[in-house]
Amino acid sequence: MKKFFDRLILIDRRVIFLLISLSVIVPLLVKIELPLEVTPEVRRVFELVESLPDGSRILIPCEYAPDVMAEMEPMLYAILRQCYRKNLKVIVTALYPTGVNLIEKELRYMADQTGRKYGEDYTYLGYRPYPAAVILSMGQDFRQSFAVDFYGTPLDSLPMMKGVKNYKDVGLVLTVNATGGTEYWIIYGRERYNFPLAIGVTAVMGADYYNYLKTGQIVGIIPGLKGAAEYEKLIDHPEDAIRGMNIQSIVHLLIVVFVLIGNVGFFLSGQYRRKK
Amino acid sequence: MRRQLPLTITFVTAFTLAVQYFIPHRTFEILYEVSQVWLQIVGAFAMVLGIVSLWQLHWNKARGRKPGWGYSVVTLVCLTAMIVFGFTGPTKLGEVKAGGWIGPFNWSYDNVLNPLSATMFALLAYFIASAAYRAFRARTAIATILLLSAVIVMLGRVPLGDVISFGLFSKIANWLLYVPNVAAKRAIVIGVGLGVAAMSLKVMLGIERSYMGGE
Repeated sequence: MKKFFDRLILIDRRVIFLLISLSVIVPLLVKIELPLEVTPEVRRVFELVESLPDGSRILIPCEYAPDVMAEMEPMLYAILRQCYRKNLKVIVTALYPTGVNLIEKELRYMADQTGRKYGEDYTYLGYRPYPAAVILSMGQDFRQSFAVDFYGTPLDSLPMMKGVKNYKDVGLVLTVNATGGTEYWIIYGRERYNFPLAIGVTAVMGADYYNYLKTGQIVGIIPGLKGAAEYEKLIDHPEDAIRGMNIQSIVHLLIVVFVLIGNVGFFLSGQYRRKK
Repeated sequence: MRRQLPLTITFVTAFTLAVQYFIPHRTFEILYEVSQVWLQIVGAFAMVLGIVSLWQLHWNKARGRKPGWGYSVVTLVCLTAMIVFGFTGPTKLGEVKAGGWIGPFNWSYDNVLNPLSATMFALLAYFIASAAYRAFRARTAIATILLLSAVIVMLGRVPLGDVISFGLFSKIANWLLYVPNVAAKRAIVIGVGLGVAAMSLKVMLGIERSYMGGE
């Protein structure tokens, strides 16, 4: 029996890797439908976007790179779908250098999907260095940092940017962010210029921002793939995030099972007493 | 003079920018706008400084055949290549005509950086699973609390956890996120905030001078 418990703490890492692979592949092949509850923090973001009058502007600063694309892309797509459905005019910045091209591609993809026109329904401002300074200067005038858009077009020649000066002219700032820049939007943006701010962040970052939610500095959080899945559910357009959550469910369960096996083995094999 | 001038510039700049926050007058607004432009220009120079510093570090490492010098060569080659690519082709995908050549910069981004970053991050799942199995042990009371919290949050944040616990895990996970997590985080943020304020005052008043080269 002791040998059995010893084996529990000596599972080969290749076995773990294989099981993780299977737990990712199998849910992709087999259709699983798991119930998904929408959390209040995600619902608040959705409702705030819904409450914006048709035709109003929304600023979506996107700051992420390809490494977190699996989490952030479905989030951005769900938000954009809702905005376009509501006929909101979307202004996007990308203050993280390695995400600039990725976000441009995603914007064009969603515009193609929903039949939106550049300059009329959405504008991509692109990248400028030093995010904190850019956020502060945008509070005075977007043109201070972005005299031209990503393609070099002067902002005033874009129909949807006419009369848009600074944060006062957007109904909501909703940053889709996987960087420390999220705090810049809270500290230098929201605190200085007092605009409604919501954030979409990666799952590991989520826990860091609940305190800002409680103080009312942000109106809501979309945390990670789960948040994106909830958003897809709210806009009634299930896509990659909901599919991804099924995979994540199995992988999380598998990791928990491994942790439990490791602990059972640790205590019953005598390793615990020896270490003590 | 070499010491007094930077100290004076630091004091005047920091004091003026701190004071303008509380004075809603047009003069101070203009001052603030100008400072934002200056900040971005200085930031751009910092980027140049960073590139030069990166180049020097890896160049010396490669020249001296120090351990890991091969990686330095790769860094230097990639750095140079991307800068050159940036000047030689379309860097904005939207400007590329349908079916046209996207240029070396976009090609490298799509086919090198994008898959490499995604792969590196995806590999984390394997290492996290393996590391959690090997290291996550309930050795002490504190470790047990951490372990239980982690397990509940992991299961409480996925739909399957709700199914197997009839919604209990998500309720506990939300409580953990909204109460103990917020309390701890708030204490850290306030502590950091006070620390930053104290440090800023020290820099402004010239007590902390290490930014001038260490004193």
